[in-house]
Amino acid sequence: MSLKIPHHDINLEPTMAKAPDFNRKSERMQTERSFKSEIIAAIPLTAQEKLFHLRICDQAERENFSFLPGQFVMLELPGCGEIAISISGSSSNHEFLELCVREVGTVTGLLHRLEAGAFVGIRGPFGTHFPMRKMKGHNILLIAGGLGIAPLRSPIYWANEHRTDYEDITILYGARDPGQILFDYQFDEWRKIYDLKLLTIVEHPDEDWNGHVGMITDLFDDVPVDPDNTFAIVCGPPVMFKFVCSYLSDLGLPRQRMFVSLERRMHCGMGKCCRCNVGSTFTCLDGPVFDYWTVMNLQEAI
Amino acid sequence: MLYKTISKDNFRKMLEGLMENNEVMGPRWRDRDAQGNKIYRFLKLNNFDELELDYTRTYSSPKNFFLPFKENLATYKLGDSDWEQDIHYTIHPRVIVGMRACDINALRKLDEVMLKSVYPNPYYSARRENTIIIGLDHEPLEDCFCRSMGADVALRGFDLFLTDIGDKYFVAIGSDTGYRILNQYDAQDVTEDDQLEFKRAKQEIESKFKTQVDVTIVPELMDLEFESEVWEKWGDKCLSCGSCAMVCPTCYCYGTEEEVDLTFTHATKSRCLYSCNLLDFAMVAGGHNFRPDSHIRLKYRYYHQFRGFVEAFNQSLCVGCNRCGVACLAGINPKDVIDDLITTEKL
Repeated sequence: MSLKIPHHDINLEPTMAKAPDFNRKSERMQTERSFKSEIIAAIPLTAQEKLFHLRICDQAERENFSFLPGQFVMLELPGCGEIAISISGSSSNHEFLELCVREVGTVTGLLHRLEAGAFVGIRGPFGTHFPMRKMKGHNILLIAGGLGIAPLRSPIYWANEHRTDYEDITILYGARDPGQILFDYQFDEWRKIYDLKLLTIVEHPDEDWNGHVGMITDLFDDVPVDPDNTFAIVCGPPVMFKFVCSYLSDLGLPRQRMFVSLERRMHCGMGKCCRCNVGSTFTCLDGPVFDYWTVMNLQEAI
Repeated sequence: MLYKTISKDNFRKMLEGLMENNEVMGPRWRDRDAQGNKIYRFLKLNNFDELELDYTRTYSSPKNFFLPFKENLATYKLGDSDWEQDIHYTIHPRVIVGMRACDINALRKLDEVMLKSVYPNPYYSARRENTIIIGLDHEPLEDCFCRSMGADVALRGFDLFLTDIGDKYFVAIGSDTGYRILNQYDAQDVTEDDQLEFKRAKQEIESKFKTQVDVTIVPELMDLEFESEVWEKWGDKCLSCGSCAMVCPTCYCYGTEEEVDLTFTHATKSRCLYSCNLLDFAMVAGGHNFRPDSHIRLKYRYYHQFRGFVEAFNQSLCVGCNRCGVACLAGINPKDVIDDLITTEKL
């Protein structure tokens, strides 16, 4: 490995033109104010997951709301509870938000019973994002396991919307079985229009499956990775981070160029409730997107 | 900072004046423990004689005037298909008298998180800005280790801070509100004798610290000794009851809850103080628990107090009041745990 330290030129990164109101973190604000939002579509994807399109009702709140890929919102069902959900849609879509939600607990259970026309609350956006601007001029390798594909859709949309900024874009997507593959209706469009390479793999194939079978890391045999010119985004169960990131690390990919998104049960989203603590910090403030070097140095992170 | 003195008689008149016009909270004794010692608590004062200025320690800390055990965050009017959210921060002014330096320093640590960090908390802010704090020096108890934590002297975070110098109090004035209150009761300029008495009183306090905890290398030990058997030794005793966090003057973690009333027309969102020792603290949807064992949770509590908070704010979260040690049903106290951690390092 070369000992020449790579120059990090922040002149190349555009600065934020105008801070969204909610992101002026040190100004006093109504921290618990929810933006009332209408469910304009509740789309079943699999037996467990639904995709929700949410439109913030108030025009000013809607126009002020902006996020970057990887950030999350606190989704509230008044009287039921509030949960952290990563945003799954395009950051250029200012009309509605996309959230992909698995039915797994009390709030998600009720959410799954809601139909288009119902009103929910949204706070946010919160947290760190995938540094898409920093990745300019590089290959992007996106690796998703299971529901981890949901937060990866934001950077995928971003990459397409800024397609000439990036070189090769590759998505590796692993699921337990073919029935759990999400967003497969978009795969053709991603391949043809977004001009990216997409490989899928399942652990337990069914009779109709004729693709790859095995663990996500098996896909690396078919994907050449240029460690000097690649950024990786990894999202999935914690055990996957370890295997994928140590594989990439062994290839020579610097750990600060691999980004993972951690999951914790947040109650506030603002670094106050301590529930999403990892190591010495909080997932909601310094995460959910961390580079892998940081994650390695946080006790109990993965 | 401005300093004045006030006679004890005038101090009494000042408090009586404050009590006439405001809600004044102070240490009162509520009960006796099994050994016959008084149990104190910060409660509303109806007259000066209820105030126990030479109290030893309140079982729970005055933190709860700023972070109540349960607090309403928002209310909702529910319609057939719609809802409206309503948020208020209405807090009436209040005086707290008799707070110790460690408890005032605890508030300043909470200020770091709640006021000075990102997303300032309006609920805390409303309470903090509407509370007048009159602090009071005291001689340390056997198990106080606030001196080791650098929390034995309060320099800010109060309106008035009193040190007993015989027949009068030496008063540090921390705010203009404090100044104006004090000046209505014939406060005097500090004389050379007063200053001498003040130094003597402070030295007397300093000389009485018995418990010391050396925390210099503790932040690093928290990482290096992360797999130490010390955590299991103490953590396996832990009953995961959360008492330590409830009585701690700086623990601030919480959980949110939402409830609907029986008529389905109103809902509330509230937050309840929580404890990282409780079983489901780090449980996520689907049932996975990032901290399934009591010793892992206990370790996290220390990790946050002595490492996480240090990384974020350059100071420990612990102020050394040992309330957690007193409250713990299993006999776990910070001095013993930290001493053990340091000792294993030396072996």
